[in-house]
Amino acid sequence: MPRITYIAFSGERHTVEVPAGTTLMEAATNNSVPGIDGDCGGQCACATCHIYIDEPWATLTGERGESEEDMLNFADDFRPTSRLGCQIKVTDAMDGLEVAMPEGQH
Amino acid sequence: MIELSAVKERAREAALAMPLAAIDPSDPQLFVDDTIGAYFERLRLEEPVHRTHSPIFGDYWSITRYQDIMAVDTNHEVFSSHWSRGGITLTDPPPGEQLQMFIAMDPPQHDQQRKAVTPIVAPANLATMEALIRERTCGVLDALPRNETFDWVDKVSIELTTLMLATLFDFPLEDRRLLTWWSDVATMNKAVNPDALAPAERMAELGKMLAYFTRLWNERVNAPPRNDLVSMLAHGPATREMGSLEYMGNLVLLIVGGNDTTRNSMSGGLLAMHQNPGEWAKLRANPTLVTSLVPEIIRWQTPLAHMRRTAVRDLEFGGKTIRAGDKVAMWYLSGNRDGDAIEDADRFIIDRPRPRQHLAFGFGVHRCVGNRLAEMQLRILWEEILARFPVIEVVGPPQRVRSAFVHGFSSLPVRIPA
Repeated sequence: MPRITYIAFSGERHTVEVPAGTTLMEAATNNSVPGIDGDCGGQCACATCHIYIDEPWATLTGERGESEEDMLNFADDFRPTSRLGCQIKVTDAMDGLEVAMPEGQH
Repeated sequence: MIELSAVKERAREAALAMPLAAIDPSDPQLFVDDTIGAYFERLRLEEPVHRTHSPIFGDYWSITRYQDIMAVDTNHEVFSSHWSRGGITLTDPPPGEQLQMFIAMDPPQHDQQRKAVTPIVAPANLATMEALIRERTCGVLDALPRNETFDWVDKVSIELTTLMLATLFDFPLEDRRLLTWWSDVATMNKAVNPDALAPAERMAELGKMLAYFTRLWNERVNAPPRNDLVSMLAHGPATREMGSLEYMGNLVLLIVGGNDTTRNSMSGGLLAMHQNPGEWAKLRANPTLVTSLVPEIIRWQTPLAHMRRTAVRDLEFGGKTIRAGDKVAMWYLSGNRDGDAIEDADRFIIDRPRPRQHLAFGFGVHRCVGNRLAEMQLRILWEEILARFPVIEVVGPPQRVRSAFVHGFSSLPVRIPA
């Protein structure tokens, strides 16, 4: 199963293994990774699974969708690398993926 | 409790006996009597997208299931919040009385104005406010009378939320109860509540609010930017040119948003804990449960019962045809009791698995901007209650607000044993 690492603002790391097809929000909430709340249950409607994805991973995880952009617009510390975890499904190719979280989510 | 369940049972019978078409969830009496839940239960089951006529608000649709509410709330292109179409509550204010606030705008104008105020409730700013909120909360709790009956709504819920608002606005503390009054005035509706001010008097009171805040604006616009809401609006590129009606609208939004909501979660939470002593015992045994208690209180109370949208075009929704111009009420209070979305939704459980999945803050681009602040205020309140009071007795029935919008309490008699 692909391994995903969530890096909190403090630098603390949480690595989880999840089946392909799980979203990066579910991968965190199912494993009690602090900082990812997923209040809307994965419907791109709350921005509580805000993460940053840098290259080279960003090529694999793709680009923000329109409604994702709408929600991230108001998120704290929005950056060019901002994504919503609920909008990204894990694939086998993402094994080893590292994502960072904003200061407000811990 | 026995008496209470008998009342609920009678309400359920009445709700079941009524012709479906006659069910009008906007009837404020159902909120005063706290029997609204039985009507929502029937609508969720039999007609989750329901059109009816209200003698007060005219024809409108009720959306009562969790997932349907989510679908409407996240579809701002079809379901408009704009004040010019009627805004966010079922009342259609006459021209000239529409409040031009960002909650009652659509993107992109909404986005620009909302961005001007989000920094004050950003996590980093909240962290700097926490110590002050805690100090003020402790002060209010330590001053409460012992061994005598007092009104929790006035002495705790209103006092704490008003202090908080005064802090956010950097509003003179000695005048803080004006904020409470203006919040009440802003949501008043003579058609719903005979005790309310007449529309002209209401606008006159809001005019006084505008005059007071215009003075603060003028002081601050000429001073360097500071970290209070008035200064932020006066200096923000998207807000510094706004007209007086727009300023008034945004003040109302921030005052009601920061006042009536958290206030009623503070009252409703105490009542819920009183009615569920087993949950209070759980919390005393494990104070870390405050983390899940807070979202559960907010779900349970759902301090704003609905938000309204207006369809901008015809569409099929839940097997019905909603026409352009139709009013649509998303009943958050009902969605938060929907057993298909939330397990044991009609029970107050402080350690439920996913307590944050509730509709009380709304979803989509209008999601409550102050949700983290509200949660912090409630968390501090319950941490400090736990540190002081083993018991707070509710000694009489609460009085509920006569409104289908603000779901709350006007009084809650309590007693703290010495």
